[in-house]
Amino acid sequence: MITILFFAKYREQLGLGRMDFTLDTALCVGDLKKRLVSDGGEKWAEVLLADNTLCAVNQTIANDSVEINDGDEVAFYPPVTGG
Amino acid sequence: MHSRVIVQTDDFDVAEECRALANSGRCGAVTQFVGVMRDRNEGDDIAVMELEHYPGMTERSIETIIERASERWPILAATVIHRVGSLLPGAQIVFVGVAAMHRQAAFSACEFIMDYLKSEAPFWKKECKADGTERWVDARDSDGQALSKWRV
Repeated sequence: MITILFFAKYREQLGLGRMDFTLDTALCVGDLKKRLVSDGGEKWAEVLLADNTLCAVNQTIANDSVEINDGDEVAFYPPVTGG
Repeated sequence: MHSRVIVQTDDFDVAEECRALANSGRCGAVTQFVGVMRDRNEGDDIAVMELEHYPGMTERSIETIIERASERWPILAATVIHRVGSLLPGAQIVFVGVAAMHRQAAFSACEFIMDYLKSEAPFWKKECKADGTERWVDARDSDGQALSKWRV
């Protein structure tokens, strides 16, 4: 089981801030995005497949090739606008 | 090097933070930056701003930025305080303060920390306009460009 978090605009677009996801096999970030999009449809594609979508695995920035393991925390979020 | 990173809803006292930085041993210079909420953005009057963050990762990413600054300049201490929640125009949003023996390190490290905070630390702003409509603030290209001067 992994935890997936969504922040800011993405949380609102999906109507979801947090979900649990059962890993049946080892996945990388890119695979996870494809799985979520194929399960969820167009709304999820708009969020996860946008050019500027950022991902963090265990609170460290991760690209599509980073591997996800059981117990990990994965977050998807738009470009940051603090300061 | 002593670092202090705080994310909070409450306001902060700039004078108090600067005094604490000045008490760092061997300190000869304290620089500070304070970000303040504007009442207008992109031609619209803004009534309220909502700031969201990623608890845990936000603090870690700012700590990492301070560490990188301390590898480049001989700084003695750095404090970053960033507010979240609902903010009104004129409110203080962020404080970055740096103590060093000499001014150049303090100036440079303060600007470096602020530039990287803006492009890496997971915070998001949503503006509530005076007419009641809301919009998420988009990242600015100029924030990414600001980093180019540090890539040497």
